[in-house]
Amino acid sequence: MNGRPRVGVITFPGSLDDRDAVRAVRSMGGVGVPLWHGDRELGGVDAIILPGGFSYGDYLRTGAIARFAPIMEEVRRFADRGGPVLGICNGFQILCEAGMLPGALIRNRQLRFVCRFIHVRVETSLSPITTGLVPGEVLSVPVKHGEGQFVTTEEELARVEAEGLVVLRYCSPDGTLDEACNVNGSRDAIAGVRNATGNVVGLMPHPEHAVDPDVGPTGGQPMLASFLSYALARV
Amino acid sequence: MRFEARVVVRLKPGLLDPQGKAVEGALPAMGWRNVSNVRVGKQIEFELEAPDERAAAAQVNEMASRLLSNPVIEVFSVELRAPSGAATGGA
Repeated sequence: MNGRPRVGVITFPGSLDDRDAVRAVRSMGGVGVPLWHGDRELGGVDAIILPGGFSYGDYLRTGAIARFAPIMEEVRRFADRGGPVLGICNGFQILCEAGMLPGALIRNRQLRFVCRFIHVRVETSLSPITTGLVPGEVLSVPVKHGEGQFVTTEEELARVEAEGLVVLRYCSPDGTLDEACNVNGSRDAIAGVRNATGNVVGLMPHPEHAVDPDVGPTGGQPMLASFLSYALARV
Repeated sequence: MRFEARVVVRLKPGLLDPQGKAVEGALPAMGWRNVSNVRVGKQIEFELEAPDERAAAAQVNEMASRLLSNPVIEVFSVELRAPSGAATGGA
C-alpha cells in the first residue's frame, strides 16, 4: 500500500467531466483510472466516481439509460461490499435512477440552466466526501445543470431527514439557509445525499471543477481529499 | 400475436411540475385565462409480439416500471390494443 488510492472514473456515452475528474483525483494525490461503461470489471480500484455530463443524451430521464450500462452491475456489487462511490451531477442522477441513492432529480424550479459558483453547507461528516469536514462548514463550488431539483415523496423526504442522509445543502455565503440561495428549488435545499450505509454519495455541484486555485474557488479540495482518505482507510 | 402498446407516464400528483407551471404561465398571455392545474407527462408507443394478451400486459408493465417510468416520482398507465383493433384495458 503506497498511500495513493486508485479511483475509477466511468465514461458513459455523453459524459463530459470524466477527464476533469481524473485530473482532480491526480492533483489531490490519488491515481485516476479511466473506466468504460461497457466494461464488466473495475480493474481493482479502491473507489469509483460517476462523472457529470449528459449520458445517452439524458433521453427519457436523466441517468435512466446509463443505469443499465454493463459496468453498473459491477458498481452495485462494489457498493454492496462497502466500496466508496461518488456521483457528481449526471453521476448523482444515475445513482438515484439505479435506486442506490434516495430521491430523484427533475427540471430546475425556475426552468433555466444554472452555471455559476454557489455555496453549500456540510450537514454531516458521515459520508465519503465529508469525513474531513465539520457540519456547518461552508464550501464554494460550481453548479452547471438544468435538471438538479432534488425531489421525492413526503414519506421518503422525512426518512432522508430523520436518518441524517443529507450531506450538503445550498446556502448563503455565511451558511444560512435561504430560499434565494436554493439554486434549483430542491426540497429542503438538498444539494447532496448519501445512502443509509454511508458509502455511496451524490451531489449536483462539481468538486472536480474546484481544486485549482489558479481558476477559482477550491471548495472541491476538502471533498476530494475526504474521498481519497475514505478510500485509503478501506484498503 | 402482435400488440400495439401505449404507456402514459405522469408525475405523481403531489410533486411540483416545473414544465406544467411554464405551460400554465404561457397560456394567459395567449388569451386563455381559464386554465389551471396543467401537468405535463409523456406518452410512449410501441408494438410487441407476445403469445397472448396476459403475457403482453405483464411485459409492458415490467418495462414501464423498470425503465419507462421512475417509481420514485412517476406513475404510469398501460393501454394495449390487439390486432382486431379492440382496446383491451389498462393497468
